[in-house]
Amino acid sequence: MDRLSVNLLGIELDNPVIPASGTFGYGREFAELYDINCLGTFSFKGTTLRPRLGNPLPRIAEAPAGMLNAVGLQNPGVDRVISEELPRLKTVFRKPVMANVSGFSVEEYAETCARLDACDQVGWLEVNISCPNVHDGGMSFGTDPAMAARVTKAVKAVTTKPVIMKLSPNVTDIAAIAAACQEAGADGISLINTLMGLRISLKSRRPVLANVTGGLSGPAVFPVALRMVYQVAKAVKIPVVGMGGVSSAEDVVEMMLAGATAVEVGAANLADPFACMKIIGDLPAVMDRYGIDNLRDIIGGAL
Amino acid sequence: MKQVIYTILENEPLTADVCRMVLAGDNSAITAPGQFVNLKLDGLFLRRPISVCDLEGDRLTLIYKVVGRGTAQMRDMTPGQTLDALTGLGNGYDLSLAGNRPLLLGGGVGAPPLYWLAKKLIARGAAVAVRLGFNAAGDVFYEDEFRALGAEVRVATADGSHGEKGFVTDILPDACTHYFACGPEPMLKAVYRAVPSDGQLSFEARMGCGFGACMGCTCETITGYKRICRDGPVLRKGEILWTD
Repeated sequence: MDRLSVNLLGIELDNPVIPASGTFGYGREFAELYDINCLGTFSFKGTTLRPRLGNPLPRIAEAPAGMLNAVGLQNPGVDRVISEELPRLKTVFRKPVMANVSGFSVEEYAETCARLDACDQVGWLEVNISCPNVHDGGMSFGTDPAMAARVTKAVKAVTTKPVIMKLSPNVTDIAAIAAACQEAGADGISLINTLMGLRISLKSRRPVLANVTGGLSGPAVFPVALRMVYQVAKAVKIPVVGMGGVSSAEDVVEMMLAGATAVEVGAANLADPFACMKIIGDLPAVMDRYGIDNLRDIIGGAL
Repeated sequence: MKQVIYTILENEPLTADVCRMVLAGDNSAITAPGQFVNLKLDGLFLRRPISVCDLEGDRLTLIYKVVGRGTAQMRDMTPGQTLDALTGLGNGYDLSLAGNRPLLLGGGVGAPPLYWLAKKLIARGAAVAVRLGFNAAGDVFYEDEFRALGAEVRVATADGSHGEKGFVTDILPDACTHYFACGPEPMLKAVYRAVPSDGQLSFEARMGCGFGACMGCTCETITGYKRICRDGPVLRKGEILWTD
């Protein structure tokens, strides 16, 4: 087990595999299928200050080697997450969880993070400044270095927990955004969120998604994600959490070679609910095949 | 929910675009009519949800309409091939509300999940009325199969080429103790308005995961937000909020 362990911002993870926000709910559905304590941790469903229903249906579309989603940050709001989801999670998950937070103003990000800061179960705050599916905030904070820095500063001021800023790939220079977050005090960077995409129904001649555009995820985005993780890892000194189309143990190793300290797995969980469990199970054999004694030794090995 | 590798026993067309697939495998996670399975198909990222039509021991019957790449691939599969399925998904119908004269209303490929339901209700001694709606005579399937179960069956077609001309709401019985409906949304809405008794309606949605994790199919109801895949696909009449 120790061969797989990594240290993410002061907290030891049994392995670097982390189900990504929005693909794992608050853990409940998966806890019915397998013991989710086998995970490094998981990043819970993007949480906002107030409850959100999200976007109209349809929210999901098939894509080549992937999918589009435009869920639009549906969540019960931070207070119910704290009063209902976290106590429920405690009964099935004994590790620190990564709290994923979204917002529509700098103040809102800070307020939501301040409330989650008080929760012992929360190990890290992953601040999503990259949701492509809401029109009144979200990604706009992640496409401008100055705005990204403002959110980072505001969140850092209200918490002592490690703050990981989750970046959007829908930018021309992701390294500049990452550097701005680091400069503003971020403890880590995670990337990539989904890539903006579109599908049109030939039958109706209209976009498939009610939101028109959606975020592309799945194996289709893996090389793009890997490239961006590599660029960001080169540009910053703080730890990077890599994600985007990861669906195998080999992908995890590749992400770590590109500079990721830990690796999130997203869309794969939706196609195969056992994906993360299988990836963790496959890691030792893949490490043996490529002569890797300890995963932590290969972080950034290709940089 | 359980992941099961099924073996295809039969796969035959019922009409020009509707097929029946019979599978062998572990059905233990499937507990109620109205539930569905989510099938992994080659070359497609997302699984394809198909409702359970019938279940007997380790035999599982699915009826599906060929509407896109996934269902076209299913049509071309042959006996002996295997299918990876997540089983026992969705809430299914609550049979305890049926009473002694339940009414089952199906439109098109909404009819299949009512078959196992009818079978179970008849086994409990209920006098089951079935009303099926199709577009035209060539689209009709399972009329005789429902009748063979002992249900009182009437069929309507939109163009009048088989049974009565019109919709299921044009051939309603005088009374029922409870109704169970499955079909396209316009039909469900018409049923909701036309049938005075309490009922349960099964909804369709484009799903991501099919087991409640991704929030890809959430709708708003009188009793709160519901995930069609997990808290549905069956909703109680009293909780439905129509969007238009």
